[in-house]
Amino acid sequence: METFASLADGFAVALTWQNLGLALLGCLLGTIMGALPGLGPSNGVAILIPLAFTLGLDAVAALILLTSVYYGAMYGGRISSILLNIPGDEPAMMTCLDGYPMAQQGRAGEALALSGVASFVGAFFATWGLVFLAPQLVSIALLFGPAEYFALFTLAFATLGGMTSTNQAKSAFAAAFGLAIAMIGVDTQTGVLRFTYGELHLYDGVDFLVAIVGLFALSEVFVFLEHRETDPAKQAASKVNIGRITPSAKMLKDCTPTMARTTGIGFVAGVLPGAGASLGSFLAYSMEKRLVDRKGTFGKGDPRGVAAPEAGNNAAAGGALVPMLALGVPGSGTTAVLLAVLLTLNITPGPLLFTQNPDVVWGLIAALFIGNFMLLALNIPMVGLFTRVLLIPPRILMPVVAMISFVGIYGLTGSTFDLMMMVGFGVIGWVFRKLEIPLVPIILGILLGNEMEVNLRRAMTISNGDWLTLVDSWLSVILWSIAIVGFVLPIFLGKRLKRGMRITEEQEEQKGVRD
Amino acid sequence: MSDRVLGGISLALALFYIYSATTIRESFVSDEIGPKTFPIIVGVILGICSLYFILKPDPEPRWPRFNRLAEIGFAVLVCLLYANLLPRLGFLIATALAAGYLTWRLGTRPLMAVVVGVGTSVGIYVVFRLILGLSLASGILGL
Repeated sequence: METFASLADGFAVALTWQNLGLALLGCLLGTIMGALPGLGPSNGVAILIPLAFTLGLDAVAALILLTSVYYGAMYGGRISSILLNIPGDEPAMMTCLDGYPMAQQGRAGEALALSGVASFVGAFFATWGLVFLAPQLVSIALLFGPAEYFALFTLAFATLGGMTSTNQAKSAFAAAFGLAIAMIGVDTQTGVLRFTYGELHLYDGVDFLVAIVGLFALSEVFVFLEHRETDPAKQAASKVNIGRITPSAKMLKDCTPTMARTTGIGFVAGVLPGAGASLGSFLAYSMEKRLVDRKGTFGKGDPRGVAAPEAGNNAAAGGALVPMLALGVPGSGTTAVLLAVLLTLNITPGPLLFTQNPDVVWGLIAALFIGNFMLLALNIPMVGLFTRVLLIPPRILMPVVAMISFVGIYGLTGSTFDLMMMVGFGVIGWVFRKLEIPLVPIILGILLGNEMEVNLRRAMTISNGDWLTLVDSWLSVILWSIAIVGFVLPIFLGKRLKRGMRITEEQEEQKGVRD
Repeated sequence: MSDRVLGGISLALALFYIYSATTIRESFVSDEIGPKTFPIIVGVILGICSLYFILKPDPEPRWPRFNRLAEIGFAVLVCLLYANLLPRLGFLIATALAAGYLTWRLGTRPLMAVVVGVGTSVGIYVVFRLILGLSLASGILGL
């Protein structure tokens, strides 16, 4: 019952006009960003953090704005999947399989509406899951000492590459690269300078916002420059006949068991380290295909094939918030960016957050509920408006993205040096994308590096320099085992899973061509 | 091949990083393992991964042709110029120039690119400076 009381307090925090307005703004912006190919949830939130910060919003307000963007982007990703057969972001990939065929049959409106409802169901119940699961996790996390925390951080890095990773060396490289950058600057414990090479600007270390905006947003601009003339069939959106924009009661009824099952799967995938929304939607789709596809209609515009991945990936988005809030260790790219939001606001997530800043946590959770209803209300009637957004050509959009990135960072630090560093990160981001080195572990390394080192050093000080202290308790042994399994397993499974995802997609595409 | 080049560069960086870590001057108050140990561990992991890239490189990624590479190079140059000239020229002028260049290179026709550049600049100025009150570089226009 305590949970409900806290939640009620949260609603009291979130239900002010300012916060409601911010939630609405965030949902709108998020949906648009999710819908635009090339501007996923991570990019969207990344560009907006420095802005939210320079605008002087207080912690709760900034958090509400940015998490609304996060949820909104998860909703928005499906729009271009269905209309253009181009996923707006990675988790929306599976929605293409049945969403686009539905659009070709003139049922685009129905597909959009149904996927809106499925997104709502997934996100809504996942938020309830968050409400009940996070406090449980907190009570476990309170048992953690420095050694356990060090193991937990290692676990986060080991599993971040994810089950679909094909080259774990590259994930490990990215994590170490981020950690190496985090070490730059004054050592927090002894005050000595590290890796500054006499450069005054480096004394404070590398600002993680500079790195995030450079790696995510600016490198995207370079990617677009590279593929200039291969502009995907943008004009298609205007030609697609949207059709009726409300799903029939029968369709909703048919999809209800599907949505219920896939919400559960998605949520679990979101909570577990190394899975995340993309895997959540993939598992949701393939499970449903196996369970209910008796007539072989999946991939040919079966409504259940639209509902399954959407409920799955939105539930995973909610689930991913559990470890981020309760442990301070994000399990996915976008939650890593949300962690950056919290750190910018001087809030350290983790078990203490629930006792020290309950207004922030519960205000945020209440805002997620409110945002969900807003998104449902926005998405059903206004979907026509969002489809217009797809008509903005990238040649106009991408410069705006680049300039807003500059504005945000300049507003925050006012330093040319930081802007140049951001451009440098943009170039690194582009090269690393080419070489298939994941960018998220870099961000996480920069974010968590100092905290991880502090915990290691604290543990070693307590044990007087005995390294065995790291595996001294059963809790840390468990954490280390998960870390090792999570790192080794993808070496055997990663290729197969990735191939599975690719093959399903290709098969469906071929089917689509034949029909 | 690309992975091998990456491995070579990052191996050199890792060695340099470890060397730098060993030269960190310890202060007289220190904890059990001091400020050197963790960076050295990180450097070693970087080194091991680099060796792996050299020994077992992934298949070659598809690099863009030379002119496209030059395109990206010029865009990077414009971004760096922008970063340096922003305080001097001020937000409005610098942004109009940079945004105009980028949209031109992304395929907008030259005359339209001027319009888009100025539009982007003024649009951002109105939203962020006039409505939201953010401080943008004022520069020679003094706005």
